[in-house]
Amino acid sequence: MFDYNFHWRPVMKSLPDLLDAAFLTLQVAVLAMVLGIIIGLCLALIRMHMKGPIRWLASCWVELARNTPALFQLFFFGFGLGAFGLHLSPYMIVLAGLTFNCAGYLAENFRGGFNAVPDTQLRASRSLGMTAWQAYTRIVIPQVFRIVYHPITNQMVWAVLMSSLGMLVGFRELSGETQFFASRTFRIFEYFAVTAVIYYVIVKLILIASRLLATRLFRY
Amino acid sequence: MIEIHDLHKYFGTLHVLKGIDLNVEKGEVLSVIGASGSGKSTLLYCINGLEPVQQGRVVVDGTDVHAKGTDINKLRQRLGMVFQQWNSFPHLTALENVALAPKIVKGKSKAEAREIAAQQLRHVGLGEKLAVYPSALSGGQQQRLAIARALAMEPEYMLFDEATSALDPELVGEVLETMRMLAEEGMTMICVTHEMGFARDVSDRVAFFHQGVMEEIGPPEQIFSNAQSEHTRKFLANVR
Amino acid sequence: MEPTISFFSGFTPNDLLFLGEAALRTLWISVLSITIGTALGVLFGWVLYEGKLAATLTVAPVLDIFRSVPLIIQLVLFYNFAPIVGLNLDPFASGVVILTIYTASLVANVARGGIEAVETPMRRAARSLGMTYWQDLRYVVFPIGGRAVFPAWVGVALGVMKDSALVSVLGYVELLKASQILITRTQEPFLILTIAGAFYFALSYPISRYAASLERKWAQ
Ligand SMILES: Nc1ncnc2c1ncn2[C@@H]1O[C@H](COP(=O)(O)OP(=O)(O)OP(=O)(O)O)[C@@H](O)[C@H]1O
Ligand SMILES: [Mg+2]
Repeated sequence: MFDYNFHWRPVMKSLPDLLDAAFLTLQVAVLAMVLGIIIGLCLALIRMHMKGPIRWLASCWVELARNTPALFQLFFFGFGLGAFGLHLSPYMIVLAGLTFNCAGYLAENFRGGFNAVPDTQLRASRSLGMTAWQAYTRIVIPQVFRIVYHPITNQMVWAVLMSSLGMLVGFRELSGETQFFASRTFRIFEYFAVTAVIYYVIVKLILIASRLLATRLFRY
Repeated sequence: MIEIHDLHKYFGTLHVLKGIDLNVEKGEVLSVIGASGSGKSTLLYCINGLEPVQQGRVVVDGTDVHAKGTDINKLRQRLGMVFQQWNSFPHLTALENVALAPKIVKGKSKAEAREIAAQQLRHVGLGEKLAVYPSALSGGQQQRLAIARALAMEPEYMLFDEATSALDPELVGEVLETMRMLAEEGMTMICVTHEMGFARDVSDRVAFFHQGVMEEIGPPEQIFSNAQSEHTRKFLANVR
Repeated sequence: MEPTISFFSGFTPNDLLFLGEAALRTLWISVLSITIGTALGVLFGWVLYEGKLAATLTVAPVLDIFRSVPLIIQLVLFYNFAPIVGLNLDPFASGVVILTIYTASLVANVARGGIEAVETPMRRAARSLGMTYWQDLRYVVFPIGGRAVFPAWVGVALGVMKDSALVSVLGYVELLKASQILITRTQEPFLILTIAGAFYFALSYPISRYAASLERKWAQ
């Protein structure tokens, strides 16, 4: 039925390289998530508690991250900053772009999480004699964390999927590496098929790990 | 006439109705009382085919509800039903709520359906609320809306499943009043209820259900003052 | 940066027209994919909800694949796979096919949630009035459930609109690809990216705000 001959051998030969690249993908995604969570939390708190230009900047960050394509954000850290003479390495472009994006989305998740914990929780804790810091870290944040746990998992998956855009800015993570090999051997379909499988496995592993972690974290 | 012969109903392995035999004549008002979980709601669901049965028959005006060839949607037009939770359609005004089924199920013209709807809403005392959305109605008004919605199909029978149980106490009266009015107009009704006053004053007969069995049935005077079954007496002693 | 290279001309009004046309292409491919994808997704969502075993065993895992593999990989794979089975699709058609399936895979979950949002008592009430299964679906479940998940659907649609930028990888000149071309020629990355970003933002921001306000209104 096909007059196309599938050649899988070259793909299998470069599988170790692809797996290395997959590791790089995971690395940049995890790093972006860690930074994204920290920055996202700050952005959420700023938007909830502060006024003036700082709040405005935080809002800009969140809205730009959420309302423009991720690829646009990568381009911006790629060519856009070039206009100011700032040239980032492909790795930094992807890391910066992903972090920018994740922080924006996570900020909204955090805000929703904080809003979902009733004020009375804070007041009840204070009435027991806790300091504001204690009430926040012992009572409020754990509840917020539980609410945003699932969205954070989803965002982690998005971060992995989004890192594939590295291919378009010359970063040789899994997709970039795949394209590199594919264009050298012209076995485009085979290479990308194997890569699709690798992504699928990574995503499933993240979801499984997250579920396992959740059963240990949330006993109540 | 509604005839129920040896009706058995299971949810999985749970035997919920254990051989019910019951006839309800045209024009009769039957109240069904009993403890929570005794199968009262399930009985009503089996009567209008919302739940399948495992054994026995329900025959409405000569048609077997659960028989293969029965046009159940046609049959349900004869059986109006009002639920504990009123389930008004939130995206439609009161008038549209009532007019929807006559229009799409009975194929009435839009004008005709609205005419029927307005008439039924006035009937239950909601003539002022035609253009209002359910969210702006009280629980009692929404329940009367549900009654009007069922009446608009011009049913022969009305099945009430604890129509007042979800209402605030001060709203119970208006809904019972509407039900009483229907009874006086000669509607055939089966009312699952926890309102013993209503059961005593309005019904022709009262049936007491206990763990899936119809323990006792008879005129209200008998059930309330001279119950034969130990279970009935215990139940009544507790609700009073 | 070097003004001496005369080959690079500055940004001209003509280029704005070029960007405008590309923006229209972005809109067109998005609207097409979102429309067909939503229709398909609602169908799939219904299949998932009804949970007929066979359908659940086939539809659910297939849709899951499209949510677990980067869109850009899907695009490259399909574009290179189509000729193998004798389909000659141009970048636009390939893009529409993949974006449509991608949309459907996301909308399916949203639609299932919408059907689930209409609880059994409500549906029993509809059936007790003599409505058929389909009348119940058409007049009760759709309007009520649709309203419940409309904001989520808007989120999906806007996401697809932004993700349509990835079709550029097949050489389809949508807005971001056009920006990239212009940047290479004019060496005005900041200006051009700002224009492109502003377009996405101007489309996405008001719509997402509107959806959020509807959500608040309907929550009451
Ligand atoms: N869909 C269902 N699946 C499984 N079990 C059910 C279902 N519906 C009802 N049951 C069970 O059947 C039994 C009878 O339920 P039913 O709702 O008929 O009781 P009831 O007499 O109406 O009680 P109540 O006064 O609480 O409404 C209960 O034990 C209930 O848990
Ligand atoms: Mg009940």
